[in-house]
Amino acid sequence: MDRVTTAAGGVRATARVLARGDGRGGTVLPVLEGEGPLAVRRTRGSGAEARVMLVGAMSGPLGGDHFTVAAHAAGGARLRVGSAAATLALPGQDKTGACYDVRLAVDEDAELCWLPEQLISAGGSDLHVTTSVDLAAGARLLLREEQVLGRAGEEPGRLTSRLTVRIDGRCVLDQELACGPGAPGGWDGPAGLAGHRAVGQLVVVRPGFATEPPAARTFEEGAAVLPLAGPAALVTAVATDALRLRRLLDGALASLD
Amino acid sequence: MHLDHHLESSAAVSADARRADGSRRALRIGLGGPVGSGKTATVAALCRALREELSLAVVTNDIYTREDAEFLLREAVLPPERITAVETGACPHTAIRDDISANLEAVEDLEDEVGPLDLVLVESGGDNLTATFSRGLVDAQVFVIDVAGGDDIPRKGGPGVATADLLIVNKTDLAPYVGSDLARMAADAKAARGELPVVLQSLRSEGGVGEVADWVRGRIAAWTA
Amino acid sequence: MTRAALLVLADGRFPAGGHAHSGGAEAAVRAGRITDAASLEAFCRGRLHTSGVVAACVAAAAALGVDPGELNRAADARTPSPALRVAARRLGRQLMRAARATWPSAELDALAALFPKGAHQPVVLGLAARAAGLGPLDAAYCSLYEGVSGPATAVVRLLGLDPFDATGVLARLSDEMDRVAQEAVETGERVVTDGVDVLPARSAPLLEIGAEAHAAWAVRLFAS
Repeated sequence: MDRVTTAAGGVRATARVLARGDGRGGTVLPVLEGEGPLAVRRTRGSGAEARVMLVGAMSGPLGGDHFTVAAHAAGGARLRVGSAAATLALPGQDKTGACYDVRLAVDEDAELCWLPEQLISAGGSDLHVTTSVDLAAGARLLLREEQVLGRAGEEPGRLTSRLTVRIDGRCVLDQELACGPGAPGGWDGPAGLAGHRAVGQLVVVRPGFATEPPAARTFEEGAAVLPLAGPAALVTAVATDALRLRRLLDGALASLD
Repeated sequence: MHLDHHLESSAAVSADARRADGSRRALRIGLGGPVGSGKTATVAALCRALREELSLAVVTNDIYTREDAEFLLREAVLPPERITAVETGACPHTAIRDDISANLEAVEDLEDEVGPLDLVLVESGGDNLTATFSRGLVDAQVFVIDVAGGDDIPRKGGPGVATADLLIVNKTDLAPYVGSDLARMAADAKAARGELPVVLQSLRSEGGVGEVADWVRGRIAAWTA
Repeated sequence: MTRAALLVLADGRFPAGGHAHSGGAEAAVRAGRITDAASLEAFCRGRLHTSGVVAACVAAAAALGVDPGELNRAADARTPSPALRVAARRLGRQLMRAARATWPSAELDALAALFPKGAHQPVVLGLAARAAGLGPLDAAYCSLYEGVSGPATAVVRLLGLDPFDATGVLARLSDEMDRVAQEAVETGERVVTDGVDVLPARSAPLLEIGAEAHAAWAVRLFAS
């Protein structure tokens, strides 16, 4: 796809990954393409798994940019996607906000681990993230999202992040986090983030959860394992910084095994 | 009692004598009274006295979630599935009188899950002398006071003492130690209650809850007649 | 529309079980995040713009006749905490009983038959509003007001907060409630044409985490 300029003057860029089982227990990547600021690289996988790294060729997204990343784990694939570094949302010369869309699909006998590094909302930025995941019945997913509000000692930018997960066409999770200047009131109050500057989610979908859902539990009052209305669980966590957040999420994930 | 009263609608709303499937529901008896007067101990004793002859269950309304229910569970007076706790949001009297919806649900769920039942005892959280049960929740109510709470309580009256279908003056064995005058309590209660019955009881003495259990048997007989 | 019916439905004494729930305030008080009228106000404002607006949109959509089953599934997806899903269904069931006794209606009977153990409270609220001859704006207002008055009342009991201060908090949120209620009706109308996916999904992380922590306490005053 060609790199084009959006109407608002920002950059429009798309990256695509398609993974498929090779029929011999491995995973091939018939589609692996990025453009402009969104580059994708295959890295060494382990066993049946293919690993892909999102590489930010330049920092962004800036105001006016519209990035889209689409990944599809098709039949038999085991795909793990990470990122080389944190994504930094920055203010642009353009006053309009930036958009970052993530579209993920997982087929019945496939597995996707979507584990990018943190998204940092820098002061003055305005980013709208939408992550939508469509899973077939029987698909497996591990998805991590981490939002860090502001660089060290900095006021956060405006960040809106919506995460939607469908299993077999049925929506099991739809949640939006809105924070930063201009976000609806109370976002940083006792019901919202209460001064925490790192917030994260893990979504775990395993067919086995349909009959044996994980138990709900909390960790240090900063994280909770929440079995959803379907074969899926959400881990939601808040922390003072990115390091503590990752530790909370890792601990909660380990408790699911 | 209102056996013939039953709404056209598909499910019972509150005081209806029939369940959604048309069968007769359990008799519901409420036990209220001040904190520490011995409501939970009386409920436990009633369960032990009646569990062989009746299918029964208990709903507790704790101030602090589940404490009374857990006492009953520890004492193993009934199988655990027959004991349910209702949470009352710091207002136990609201849950038994002004907004009885959570208690009605607890009673109905017990009937659905362990029924059929003959009797459900609904114990209120310890509250003050004005706490009474809604007639939409219970068919009869028992008010429990004790001699250690002061022998002037029957004279002071209040809706619980004056209007409950049965008044229990509990812990009579303690009367000599706390200086309560049992004869005066009985006379004051009679004056406040007219023909309504009063039982003076000590769960530690011979006889124990027997007289109250007999009163319950009488209500059951009238309910199923 | 009848204002008197709105008052009946919105009255805190309407016997639908709300008195036993703190809307997350008990957990926030224990965690030291609500300590006074100012932090109560911030808490209520956060609730209003997250779970509050979602509930109001669901209630408005239900009042407009959107399929309750679909709304219930949408509410499930927007309520990741199982403790909050349980509380919402329990309150829905209690409201269903009160509403059926107050405003008998075939729609409410059908809902009760479909969800004998309760649908999410805002779904029932929307249909109760219909049964009472009220509209989507009324349903949205009831939902929003309940969403902030519950915590305010609970904090009066939990902290001994001056009840005049607590009521002042609710009064200061009025303009925001007015705006959100209008928004909820517009969203409800879009749900009629475009389906439940257009419902908002705003969430408050500490409400979800706090609800699970609260549900695990051995001793608490409120059910949620």
